[in-house]
Amino acid sequence: MIIDWPILSALVFTPAIGALFVLMIRGEEALVARNARWVALWTTLVTFGLALLAHAAFDSNISGFQLEETKSWLPTAGINYHLGVDGISLPFLLLTAFLMPICVLIGWQQIQTRVREYMIAFLLLESMLLGLFCALDLILFYLFFESVLIPMFLIIGIWGGAHRVHAAYKFFLFTLAGALPMLLAVIVLYQTGGTGDIGKLMNLDLARNLQIWLFLGFLASFAIKLPMWPFHTWLPDAHTEAPTTGSIMLAGVLLKMGGYGFLRLSLPILPDACAMFAPTMFALAGIAVVYTSLVALAQHDLKKMIAYSSVAHMGFVVLGIFSLTVEGIAGALMQMISHGLVVTALFIAIGLLYERR
Amino acid sequence: MPALAVFLPFLGALIARFGHKRLGARAADILNVLCMCSSAVLAAVIFADIAIGGTVRSVPLADWIVIGRIESIWTLRLDTLSVVMMLSVTLVSALVHVYSLAYMEKDSGRSRFMAYLSLFTFAMLMLVTADDLLQLFFGWESVGLCSFLLIGFRFEKPRANKAAIKAFLMNSVGDFGLLLGIAGLAALFGSVRFDAIFEGLQAHAGDVHGIGVFTFSAHEALALLLFAGIIGKSAQVGLHTWLPDAMEGPTPVSALVHSATMVTVGVFLLARLSPLFEMAPFAQSVIVVIGLATAVMAALVAITRTDIKRVLAYSTMSQLGCMIFAAGLSAYGAAMFHLVINAFVGTLLFLGAGSVIHALSGERDMRKMGGLVRQIPRTYAVMWIGVFSLAGLPLFSGYYSRGTILEAACAGTEPLAMAAFCIGVGVSLLTALYAGRMMFLTFHGNCRADETTTARIHESPTMMLWPLYGLATGAVLAGGMLASRFAGAQCHAFWNKSLVVPDFEPLQASVCVSVLPQLATIAGIGLAWMLWMRCPDWPSRLVSRFGLFYRVMCAGFGFDALYERLFVRPVPIIGHQLWLLGDRLVIDRLGPDGLAFLARRIGRLAMRLQSGSVFHYALAMIAGLVGLMGWFLWQALGAGGGS
Repeated sequence: MIIDWPILSALVFTPAIGALFVLMIRGEEALVARNARWVALWTTLVTFGLALLAHAAFDSNISGFQLEETKSWLPTAGINYHLGVDGISLPFLLLTAFLMPICVLIGWQQIQTRVREYMIAFLLLESMLLGLFCALDLILFYLFFESVLIPMFLIIGIWGGAHRVHAAYKFFLFTLAGALPMLLAVIVLYQTGGTGDIGKLMNLDLARNLQIWLFLGFLASFAIKLPMWPFHTWLPDAHTEAPTTGSIMLAGVLLKMGGYGFLRLSLPILPDACAMFAPTMFALAGIAVVYTSLVALAQHDLKKMIAYSSVAHMGFVVLGIFSLTVEGIAGALMQMISHGLVVTALFIAIGLLYERR
Repeated sequence: MPALAVFLPFLGALIARFGHKRLGARAADILNVLCMCSSAVLAAVIFADIAIGGTVRSVPLADWIVIGRIESIWTLRLDTLSVVMMLSVTLVSALVHVYSLAYMEKDSGRSRFMAYLSLFTFAMLMLVTADDLLQLFFGWESVGLCSFLLIGFRFEKPRANKAAIKAFLMNSVGDFGLLLGIAGLAALFGSVRFDAIFEGLQAHAGDVHGIGVFTFSAHEALALLLFAGIIGKSAQVGLHTWLPDAMEGPTPVSALVHSATMVTVGVFLLARLSPLFEMAPFAQSVIVVIGLATAVMAALVAITRTDIKRVLAYSTMSQLGCMIFAAGLSAYGAAMFHLVINAFVGTLLFLGAGSVIHALSGERDMRKMGGLVRQIPRTYAVMWIGVFSLAGLPLFSGYYSRGTILEAACAGTEPLAMAAFCIGVGVSLLTALYAGRMMFLTFHGNCRADETTTARIHESPTMMLWPLYGLATGAVLAGGMLASRFAGAQCHAFWNKSLVVPDFEPLQASVCVSVLPQLATIAGIGLAWMLWMRCPDWPSRLVSRFGLFYRVMCAGFGFDALYERLFVRPVPIIGHQLWLLGDRLVIDRLGPDGLAFLARRIGRLAMRLQSGSVFHYALAMIAGLVGLMGWFLWQALGAGGGS
């Protein structure tokens, strides 16, 4: 199937437009809530349909980026609005678009306060995530990567449990602490390459020393997002306090941003540094798997237990990615997608139990 | 047709689970059993084609995992080894299905039960027809999952849940080794396909790897890792403690899963990878030792159990030990022979025990049985057939299969072979002893059940008895029919290179080989009669005489207590401490909480500067001014002095 209209842009901006619609809903409170739910549901369903369409248009026999779109954005700086998908990002697009309608439906009854704002936050979150997985420009990538933080912070901080504010700040500060080194790395990489285009940056032959610093900059952000041991302590708190749907998006998609970042930026652009750091990463991931599994065993809170088990699973993802082999990377990808689905099911089940108390 | 044979049980599982409401319970049951029976018939046809006809086929179904060097094309591998397993699995499973319909008649969860049972059969068929290690692993884990579901079938019972989790965990320990072995094989040979691995065996024969000062041959290490998985699945000593607890599952499950099929896949794997194990002599001796230890230990413990199902569980374990040590002695044909015979005999005994339990309204304690021979004579008769076959009385199947194993042990050239023969004869005696004890306690003497139970004793319905008759026929006839093919004169043609058939020297010391085990058997049954029929006070006198040994036997040689101390209790404590010390104290204190604390501290210090007193501000200004001027002066002078 050949699609000659910008499907990825449509995919990225449909939820944002839906959020705009929800914003414009006026009237009685109950009516606003009802309409907001329905608009959000339809928006996410349409988005999922678009994602399926993109999947149908994707030809898995061709390597490299497909469905590319390029618009001049900041021409003087050489920064473009550049979208595209390949075999790595497409599964994440589908996963995100698939989980969103489920989130809206799970929140249908559970969320009774500020329904309109809640739906807006989720739709914006979806836009950011889809944008992240489509972005092929470094600056665009960073923009989406960090803006995901905002709706998620609000979701935990407003609709969360009793200690939600503490958890939200912990999440925010951890992530922000990683974001700043990453920003430095992005700026340096952009200046060295003279372009923000990830495809062109891949062909860059960077000096080994520079690669190491850039790798560490990116690592700071990805390791916290993933999360890797010992940067994982925000996750159990965030999970216990977040509403069920927040936990789903957090564990289902947000954790994968780190892994996706490794695959999209670190591995292709900084191959030497990756090879050099592989043993360190193995060690950290190995500790993560054993340590967090043991800690998970000691938890009495189901959500915390799953949070710790997620850290262990992400440890396996890191092991796969830094094996630097086709088998390992494919396994990591598979593990990320399957974990996204499995953990969603678990959180839904736990959410139902929580509601029954 | 082979695909149909494999997938019919899966279809049956779907029908049993989802057709229950739409088609009605009766129709769903009938369809499910029909699926199973046609699968068994198809398996028989395939068996005739492959094993008797002497052909080998592989049926590709679909691409499964094709990444990099790992190419797993989903293929049904049909050689003699796999069709032997297919036939015995589907036959036993079909009989157990029929039996279960009657056994679970009044159980509200019957559709779930039947679905699990069919799903298990499907998983088992996937395992035995696997063409590469990944498919095998898929089947291996799937049967483990089904076993978990079936043991925990009565999920409202905490004991059943605990037993299910225990089985799953103990198996995971073994599977860890298996997975490492598979990964190692894939890394060494660049493929997971059996054929590719067998082709590469010679080329890598001398490979030596080392970690630090330890060096080991690649084949030995891989064989030992794979054997770890076998220890778990086939309940060999060390990882065996899950099997007795697995008896919490309904009796048909114990018969099918924990006696006839799943627990025997370890032996199947040994046979399947026999070319590899043949090149790892050290691993083989480990296998023999573990198998022998299991056979003796389980037989000893079986004598002390009072729960009829646990006696049979330990009996199964003991028989598995015999198969494993036979395989370790390179007598793969004999091991497979014993496997097939034991599939029938073990199922017969378990289903017979189920019939007894059914008659006694769920009572499983043999101390509350006795004198049942008059009330349930048909069950009694088939149980004796099973016991005779298990003990290996002449003309019963067990006689042939045990005979081939002991012959192989006697003829083997390994140093362990002679020891294996002696211990094998000893195990025969113990087997006869505990089997006889079980029969005498259950069926003879006075009835020790309470009155309400006694009043309700009844022979099982026909639908439960017919499978027993079928199995009893197998237990009598199968041995004589199959002996020459599995391990006799025709074995080379029969196995057709699907497993390694070593060339044994023709037997010399045949008198001792054929007579000694028979004497042991007769002595065992006689001893059981003496102890539990003739002089009922002897056992208690023996117990008081050998108190310590008896207590050790009763405690199952203390494995459970040891694991409780070593793992079950410490591990959660370690986890808890890691959480408190690692996460809370170190990471959080040094990380976010520490930074927040630091920020607050610095803020408070900075706050003090803002005292609001003009004097302080003026002082600070003057100090700054003096400092700056000093700095400039220093610079100027330094520059002047330098030049």
